[in-house]
This record gives sequence, structure tokens and C-alpha cells, in this order.
Amino acid sequence: MAEVTLRNIRKAYGDVQVIKGVDLEIKDREFAVFVGPSGCGKSTLLRMIAGLEEITDGELSIGGRRVNDLSPSERGISMVFQTYALYPHMTVRENMGFSLKLAKLPKAEIKQKVDEAARILKLEPLLDRKPKALSGGQRQRVAIGRAIVRNPQVFLFDEPLSNLDAALRVQMRIEIARMHSDFDATMIYVTHDQVEAMTMADKIVVLRDGIVEQVGSPLELYHHPGNRFVASFIGSPTMNFLETEIQAIESGSVTVGLPGGSRIKVPVEGEGHTPGEKVTLGVRPEHMVEGGGADGEIRASVLVVERLGGSTFTHAEVEGNEVITAALEGNSEVKMRDQVLLGIKADTCHLFGSDGIAFKQIERHPLADIARAAPAAH
Amino acid sequence: MTTAANPSVTAGEQKQKRTKREIDTRPLLWPSVIVLFLWMIVPLGMTIYFSFIRYNLLNPDISGFAGTENYAFLFEDPALWASLWNTLILTGSVLVITVVFGTLLAVLYNREFFGRGVARLLVIAPFFVMPTVSALIWKNMMMHPVYGFLSWLQSSVGLTPIDWFTHYPMLSIIIIVSWQWVPFAFLILLTAIQSLDKEQQEAARIDGAGPIAMFFHITLPHLARAISVVIMIETIFLLTIFAEIYVTTSGGPGLATTNLAFLIYSVGLLQFDVGYASAGGVIAVILANIVAIVLVRTVSRNLHQT
Amino acid sequence: MKQMANEKRWTTVIAWLVALVIFFPIFWMALTAFKTETEAFSVPPSLFFSPTLDNFVEVFARSDYLKFAWNSVAVSFGSTLLALAFAIPAAYAMAFFPTKRTPGTLLWMLSTKMMPPVGVLIPIYLLFRDMGLLDTVTGLLIVFTLINLPIVIWMLYTYFKDVPGEIMEASRVDGATPMQQLFLLLIPLSLPGIASTGLLTVILAWNEAFWSLNLTSSQGAPLTAFIASFSSPQGLFWAKLSAASVMAILPIMIVGWMSQKQLVQGLTFGAVK
Repeated sequence: MAEVTLRNIRKAYGDVQVIKGVDLEIKDREFAVFVGPSGCGKSTLLRMIAGLEEITDGELSIGGRRVNDLSPSERGISMVFQTYALYPHMTVRENMGFSLKLAKLPKAEIKQKVDEAARILKLEPLLDRKPKALSGGQRQRVAIGRAIVRNPQVFLFDEPLSNLDAALRVQMRIEIARMHSDFDATMIYVTHDQVEAMTMADKIVVLRDGIVEQVGSPLELYHHPGNRFVASFIGSPTMNFLETEIQAIESGSVTVGLPGGSRIKVPVEGEGHTPGEKVTLGVRPEHMVEGGGADGEIRASVLVVERLGGSTFTHAEVEGNEVITAALEGNSEVKMRDQVLLGIKADTCHLFGSDGIAFKQIERHPLADIARAAPAAH
Repeated sequence: MTTAANPSVTAGEQKQKRTKREIDTRPLLWPSVIVLFLWMIVPLGMTIYFSFIRYNLLNPDISGFAGTENYAFLFEDPALWASLWNTLILTGSVLVITVVFGTLLAVLYNREFFGRGVARLLVIAPFFVMPTVSALIWKNMMMHPVYGFLSWLQSSVGLTPIDWFTHYPMLSIIIIVSWQWVPFAFLILLTAIQSLDKEQQEAARIDGAGPIAMFFHITLPHLARAISVVIMIETIFLLTIFAEIYVTTSGGPGLATTNLAFLIYSVGLLQFDVGYASAGGVIAVILANIVAIVLVRTVSRNLHQT
Repeated sequence: MKQMANEKRWTTVIAWLVALVIFFPIFWMALTAFKTETEAFSVPPSLFFSPTLDNFVEVFARSDYLKFAWNSVAVSFGSTLLALAFAIPAAYAMAFFPTKRTPGTLLWMLSTKMMPPVGVLIPIYLLFRDMGLLDTVTGLLIVFTLINLPIVIWMLYTYFKDVPGEIMEASRVDGATPMQQLFLLLIPLSLPGIASTGLLTVILAWNEAFWSLNLTSSQGAPLTAFIASFSSPQGLFWAKLSAASVMAILPIMIVGWMSQKQLVQGLTFGAVK
């Protein structure tokens, strides 16, 4: 069992705090992804778990064991680095077996473990090559192989795909996801790419400025972002934000104005708020439809049309000079300078107070707590 | 990481962390620090001490504290002023010659031409010739008034051959030393010029810059830093040119080619007046330190950049 | 296009002319080495002559050329190895376990290199005299190690700094101790850098003249000092001098040609790359 528990973890360089008290529980065999903009502290946090950065304050335990003062190799972790960090002067076999050699394992056992990892990762034909002679994807695989042979309780990944080209990245993403289901290990994965986070994670941890903004499953963050930052960070294209004010509060709904004068009744908890209060209405581009007829309508003039085939990103200006983006159908016929009517369904709307905190939605999305896989039959 | 900034971390915990993550670097670092300290500080201290006592190796009767006597003698000695002047002339001329020619050569050899690699090797070759050999090549085979190659060149065009070391002793030394150091300046400046941004050059050319404008507005500013490095490093070596003088003129005729280094050598190791020579040594150290401070500043700026 | 071709032709002519003029003294000396003593002194200089190897043979036979050459080899390679032995741990400590004092220590080490040798010549001479180190290979070896140590530390420091931090971290995760990191990773990884640093110090030590002229005379003298003995009147054997000189500079010139880039970095303390 290898759950990773962080209790009020802090990191300071001199007087500068970079991790400001993180509490986190990562369950055994969970795939957790730390995501956030650059400089949010996600890599630092991972490196603290790895033991490469000292923990200034707080308590870190792996598998129920306090590991604050253990060296990286004693923590039962292994790590895949962004630059792969292969040892250039060693062959693939030597790279993968290095940790075992340092641990003074018998030669035969090292060979057997390396061969096993190479078989899983299909690296057998490359075992005698040096890293120089490998492609980016192969190096990545060796780095993973080096992590596997140590048979760790926890795998740590520090932006492992950011040096690969787009096509390879998708392929490796799938491989890492499969690897997770094949191994009985906890994985912690750092990325700045929300698509990677959404596609791979059981649990996403959104970080900003050394603070955890929200923790949850991908769809939970997508459908129920806790605040404006998470709402804007998750989802692509980014959620539209319209400044407006509360017009009426009823039990189970809050009515706000829309650009152009119409209004929409959003099913959120309005308790503690007052009519006239400034709020932000959030609508995802993919939740807008052309032609109106939904719970609310916005009139807009089209500035730019990006046709992706499957969908049509329409950037349009609404009253008050705000620009919104709508992901319309692929066969939409909108053109630049058209006037369009955009329809919004009330239950896809998000409302944020002036402090950025989301109003609680009345109904929870049915898929918000869906597991990625059926429980493994052990 | 101070306990004040982070009250919840106790001193004991801190200590434990340090022993976990950091190794004791003293056994690694200190041997070098100690030997370098002994190498510089002990002899320097002795030099300063000697400069204040009466100390002659040939005459043990001369002894005792001299006060500033050695310095007083030194400053009254025309040899000191002559040698300082010679040091200045030698250093200054060689600096100008090497920087000017080094820059021109770097620009020339940065262009594409047939056999560039080999030609470059020929140009930098003199730098690898040991000082005693280059001094002897020039003294014997180039500048000899009868059998030297230059004399033959001159007489073959109808001129009277020059007796270089008799009539132009300092110029001869300057030529030899420049020949050795132009390749150094060239090598450094060529490396610097190669890091010049190609796109910047192309942009300048599109903007209509001719070769002259290109040199003064693009190349020279880019080289400024490398040139300053060349000047400072050469200065350190040129201030104490020794072997070339030792082999060719032995400081003569008279004091014509005696620089500070050679003066200290001849007073200390030929006349064995240790006290007097040490006073000269102190002067040399002070001179070099002025240069060194500037150089260390430049290099340390570089250290902070990277 | 035609103008460019023309330009290239002129560059070729001028650049080669300059190169040949600069190289000429070395070429002339090399030529003289294959002449007889009489031909060496002939006016006008003889360009066409039947080359002879007699000078080389005689230098080997008459002078203790091999002894001096061996001294040169011993002091330059010996001091280089010794300097590396001191510098590798020091540079490792400063590159990977820096403290607040590290930049200061580095600059101080560099500054010892700035000290003019004449400033300390007299005390070193006297100390060596009292310790019986004058005119010995050991004495010169010590001096060369010390004058090159700052450069070696500095260069190794920059090479070690170039080793990607993630590789060192990966090895920590793999369980390597600091000493294992040094011997299993850092030294193998920086081997090219260590080698070129070594080459530079070999060149510098081989050509060093100030200390070898002042501290040695016969028994411990390297080639620089041996060649200087030809400056005395009785040494007016130009052909033999040339032969001896060719042998003294040829190996180091080849080494120097091979390591130009590293030379620039080493000589400028990394300020010019």
C-alpha cells in the first residue's frame, strides 16, 4: 500500500515561500496529476516528494511512513524527468540497471529485472545502445524503464512529455495510462498541460502560487470548478466570463443579466448574496449553440471564425465590447461580420462572486465522480 | 533558512537535515585552498618582509632592519625608472599591435576562403612556440645583421642591413613579443567573432550596411568585451616578460631593454641584493594588482551572468 | 555572384599571404634544421640544398637532449596530473555543493594567477635553495602544479557546471552517494573536458620559461631552459639549435592545434566562448 500524504507541507527559500502549506491525500494506486501555470510550485512539490528538495515544514509520508528525512533512494519512489536525464555514457541496459548495481544486487538478478522491464517497454533491441543513438520517444521509454526496475511504490513524473512532438505525446500519454493500469503503483504526474491532466488523472490537483486551488476528478473540475481560476484553467478553449449583476435570487436559482438585456436563471445556491451584487457569469464555449432558443440568448457580431472541421470556433463581440468564444458545430455557416444569436443552457452556467469563488451548483453532474476503470479484481 | 523565519523548525531538525543532504566538502576543497594559500601568501609575505631588511646573499655582514631604505634607493635608482618606462613601452606597444592585428586577422579569417582551416593553424602557430625558441629564431635567423633573413631581404633590395639588437633593441623585443601574442589575440577574437549573430549581420546588410559600417557598428561593439579580456590577460603576462629579454639582449645595451621583471632578476639573482630586489618585487605586485582587480571584476560579472 | 567569387579569391590570396608571413620564421627554422652548419650561415640564404638529418643525430648524440626532453615531459605531464588530482575534488565541491563563499573562493583562486611571478621569485628561489629543490624536476613540478591549479579548477568548475542537474538528481534517486556521483558519473561524463583541460596545462607547462630559467640550470632543466643555453656565444650552431627547437616545439604545436577551442576558454577563464 502506497498512499502519499502531505500534511501542511511548506517550502521556503530564505524568506520567499514557494509552497504555502499543502494538505493532500493521494490514495494507493491513484493517478494524481499536479497541474498549474509555470511557477505555481507543482514541480517543487513533486521534487519535495522525491526528496530532491528539502521540506521546510510539514510532514510527508509514503505508505504510512514518515519520509521527510530519508534520501530519495530510501523513499520507495522513482522518477521520470523532463529531460529524461539518462546517463549519456552508459548503454540502455546500464542505465536501467544502475540503481540495482548501486544497491549491490547480484548480476543475474539485475539482468533478469532489466530484461523484464525491457520486454514490457519493447526496448529489447535497444539494450546495447547509448542514449545518443535513441529517438526522443525511445529515450522516454528508457527513462520509464529505469523507473520500473526499481519496483517503486510511487512513480513520479516531472513533465515527461513536454520534450516530445505532438503525435508522440499522444502515444506516450496512452502508454503511461496503460502502464498505470498494469502496475500496482501510485503515480504522481506534473504537467502544465490541462489536456494531459484531464486525460490521465484519477485526481487532478490544481495549484497556483504554492497553494492548492482545487482537488478533484477531471470531470468534477470541469463541471464544478470551485473558483474562477480553476474554471479558466481547465477546458479548452477557455471558459467565457461575462461581467454582470444579480437581478433576482430565488430558492435554487439566481437570475443574472446577459449582454443585450436578456436574462438567465442559473440553478445555483444564492444564499448569502444580494440582488445588485456584481458577479461573473461563466459559460464554456462548447456549451453555446447557434440560433438561440435555449434558456438564455446573447446577440453577438462575429469577428473571427476558425474552422476546425469537427467544430467551428467563433470569436464574437457582444454588447459592451467583450469578446466571447463559442465552439459551434462543424457545419455551422457563420462568417465574419455576421450577427449571430447564441443560446445558453442554464444548467451549464457557472456563477462566480467578486472574490472569484463559485456559487454552489444545485445539481451535481452525474459523471463528476465516475471512476476511470472498474475496480480491479484482486 | 533561518529559525527566525520558520519558528516551527527546531535547531535539531535542521542539523539532521544538513547531515542528510550535504556532504562535508572540506576534505575536497581544502587541499587546493591550502596549497594555493601557501604558494601565494607565504612568498608574498616574505617579499614584503625582505623589502624592509638589509639582505645580501654575497655579504652576510649586511643585515638588520632597513626601514624604507630599499625603497628609497630604488626610487633614486635611474634603473628603476628606466625599467618602469621600458615595461610601459613594451606592454603598451605590444597591446596596441596585438589588438589591432588580432582584430583585423579575426575579421579576415572569419570569411570563407580556400584552405581556411590550414591557414588558421599557421597563424596561431607562433603562440605554441616556447618563448626561448621564438626569441632565438628571431635573434639568429631573422634579425642577425649578417646572416639573418631580414638582412638578406634588405640587402637584396639595395638597403643597408639593420643591426636590430644594437640600434633598435626595444623595437626588436616588441616585434618578437608581438609575433608571439598576435596569435593569442587572434584566437580569442576569432572565437568571439564566430559567436556573432548571423541574423543580426544579415539584417544589417539588408538595412544597407557596407563592410566598413558593418565593422564599426556591428563587429567592433560585439568584440568589445573580448578585446577587453585580451588586453587584461596580455597585460598580466606582458608586465613580466622575461625569457625573450634574457635570451636576446640581457636587458641591454645598457638598460635599453631592462623591464621591471628583468631588473628584479638581475638585482636579486645576479647581484644577490635580496632586500633591494624584493622592494622591486613589491612594486611589480602592486602594478599587477591594479590590472588584476579590473580583470577579476570583468570575469566575476561573467560568473554572475551564467 | 561573380563579384562574390572574386571577393573570395582576393580573401584567399590575402589571408594565405598573411598566414605565410606569420608562419615564415617557424618554417625557416624548420628548414635550417635540415641544413649543414655552413649552409645555415650562407649569404644569400640557401633555399635549395640537400636536406640532412645530421643535426638531429648530433643533437641526440652530443647534448643531453633526451634528459632535457624527459624533464619537460615529466614536469608538464606530472604537474598536470597533480593539478587534476587537486582540482577535481575542489571543482566538484564548488560546482555541486556551493556555499555563500564559493564565488569568493573561485575568484580568490583566479587572483592568485594574477600575481606576477617576479613578485615572489626571490623568496621562492631562497626557499628552494634551502630545501634543495633548485635545479630539480621535483621543484619545477611543484611550481608548475601550483601556477596551473587555478586554471584547472576554474575550467573543471565550468565543465562540471555544464553537466545537466537532472542527471545528477536521477542518480540520487537511483541511490548514488556523492562519491559515486563523482566517480561513476561526473568524471566519465566530463572526460572530454578533463582531457582538454589537461592538454592546456601540458602546453602551458611545456612552454613555461620564467620559472624554468630561474630555478633550473642543468640537472632539472626542461627544454625551454636547454634551448636558452644556445643563446651563449659558444652555442652559435644554428642548424643544431634549429633541430633541437623543432623537436621541442613540434609535439606541443600539434597538441595546441588540436585543442584551440579549449585553449580559448582556459586562457580567458571562460569569459570568451
